[in-house]
Amino acid sequence: MQATMSKADARRLKKLKLKAARRDQYKRFTRSKGGNFFYTLFLILFGLFSILPMYYCIITSLKPLDELLVFPPRFYVISPTFESYLTLPSLLDNLAVPLSRYAFNSIFISVATTFLHVLVGSAAAYVLAKTNIPGKKVIFAIVQMSLLYNAYTLEIPRYLIYSALGMIDTYWAYILPMIPSSMGVFLMKQFMDTNVPDALIEAAKIDGAGSFRTFWQIAMPNVKPAWLTLTLFSFRDLWSIQPAGTIFSEELKTLPFAASTIAQSGIARQGCAMAVTVIMMIPPILVYLVTQGSVTQTMSSSGIK
Amino acid sequence: MTTNKEPLKLVVKRKEKFSNNIVYYLMLAPFFILFFAFTVLPVLSSVVLSFFDFDAVSTPRFSGVDNYLRMFVQDDVFPKALSNTLVLAIVTGPLGFFIAFMLAWMVNEFGPAIRTLLSFMFYAPALAGNVYFIWQILFSGDAYGYINSSLLSLGLIVEPVQWLKDPSYALPIICIVQLWMSMGVTFLSNISGLQNVNPELYEAGAIDGVKNRWHELWYITIPSMKSILMFGVVMQIQSAFSISVVPIALCGYPSINNSADTLVSLITDVGTSRYEMGYAAAISVVLFIMMFATKSLLGKLVNMAGR
Repeated sequence: MQATMSKADARRLKKLKLKAARRDQYKRFTRSKGGNFFYTLFLILFGLFSILPMYYCIITSLKPLDELLVFPPRFYVISPTFESYLTLPSLLDNLAVPLSRYAFNSIFISVATTFLHVLVGSAAAYVLAKTNIPGKKVIFAIVQMSLLYNAYTLEIPRYLIYSALGMIDTYWAYILPMIPSSMGVFLMKQFMDTNVPDALIEAAKIDGAGSFRTFWQIAMPNVKPAWLTLTLFSFRDLWSIQPAGTIFSEELKTLPFAASTIAQSGIARQGCAMAVTVIMMIPPILVYLVTQGSVTQTMSSSGIK
Repeated sequence: MTTNKEPLKLVVKRKEKFSNNIVYYLMLAPFFILFFAFTVLPVLSSVVLSFFDFDAVSTPRFSGVDNYLRMFVQDDVFPKALSNTLVLAIVTGPLGFFIAFMLAWMVNEFGPAIRTLLSFMFYAPALAGNVYFIWQILFSGDAYGYINSSLLSLGLIVEPVQWLKDPSYALPIICIVQLWMSMGVTFLSNISGLQNVNPELYEAGAIDGVKNRWHELWYITIPSMKSILMFGVVMQIQSAFSISVVPIALCGYPSINNSADTLVSLITDVGTSRYEMGYAAAISVVLFIMMFATKSLLGKLVNMAGR
């Protein structure tokens, strides 16, 4: 078993390498040199402009007090210092419960909910894209339409539902509403429509794979870029979650609550606030690099030849 | 024997299909139950609420179509918010979609490492969180604001311009900021979509006479990405018609002469500070109808690409 696996892997690798070589070759015919130059220049300029706010946060968090007070704010720092970061630990006393508790809440909620969100959404998307069960068209139409309804107006009805289900002031208030996302199902469904050939599913069925296994082992690997991207969207939203009016206990609150408490105290407030912002940015950036790194490295393969 | 075999097979097949369907419904159930509870029910109750007078405390009182009439007859802000919303949607919707697609397509030309780096830079505003302050610094109304001070030193203006307070500048500035921020969900889904296009199609295209990247884009890339583009269209409609965070952050609410108020900022105001939930729901319904009409129209357009 082991031997055949690695043999198959080796064969696949060889194919991919061949494909990569060919990829460059066809580009020789369809790309002009001047075009390439113009593209690169344009993208770098636009990219630098886009990264400005993130750069500004980092720069500001490194400014000493006197530079923080300069107006208008400068986009560079003369004598960088970690002062703002070093005062953060002393500000932790202002928190109602230990920092580790907020951190646990944030990590638990973000990781568990992202996993459930992607799994539940993809399973639903698979059914909507690749089966013929009665009612699927209606459900998909509702999913799309729900995206267009203003979310703010839904807050009061949602609050009534949370309290009817006894979700107020529990972890459920974070988790359950974030699992079903119309956007996630819509995204996954569109990808499965395009990238999971029916013939592949038929073949899996003939080989005796059950419906769930076909979804998990055949459909999902073919839409890897899509669910990696969905993971990022979900994690990013959950990491900054700060529900209003549904969580009251301090020990159920998340890091953004703690972050805003810390940011409001201390002498060099602006510097500390920026330091907190920079630290809070790190996990989404890591998730971005991990997920998108593998999205942009996947060789497209339709999975069937 | 052989004559009995056929019907038996059919029965087995039907049974199999039936049990398959049960598995499919089970796979759909977790999503659908939660979706129904937290989205469908709230939307339905909001639509019902739009025909009531409701201040979030006392019992709702049926008021027929009063809320809808009020929008067009009594409310002075609504027409302005409606026209601002339409202007912003018409400008930022198509342009934002175009930018998100073209940049994704351009980024996709590079090797994996540069591709990841560039898309990280473009997606950075979404990762950095609150990014409006940078625009407040740039467009600050005094002589020290970056734009004012550079225009002053170039001699193009003689006194500082109140960029964010002047009604004639508010909408264009919001458009710029909104476009700059359009590199979010649509951009990354386009990147993934481009990654999923079968490269054999490009090879075949190059052999069959695709001469340049624009040909390739029109005849191969876009047709292979239709459903992902449709996703982008819907997300773009949603964000273009729902602009409210940027104008509130930059120009405040209510803005001078309501020059930057939009339907969603009006909805938020009516609901949060005036507690008129029925009226807020009615505006949401009108907004929904506009978005849905746009979506139906554009859906047909996407299908025409590549012909």
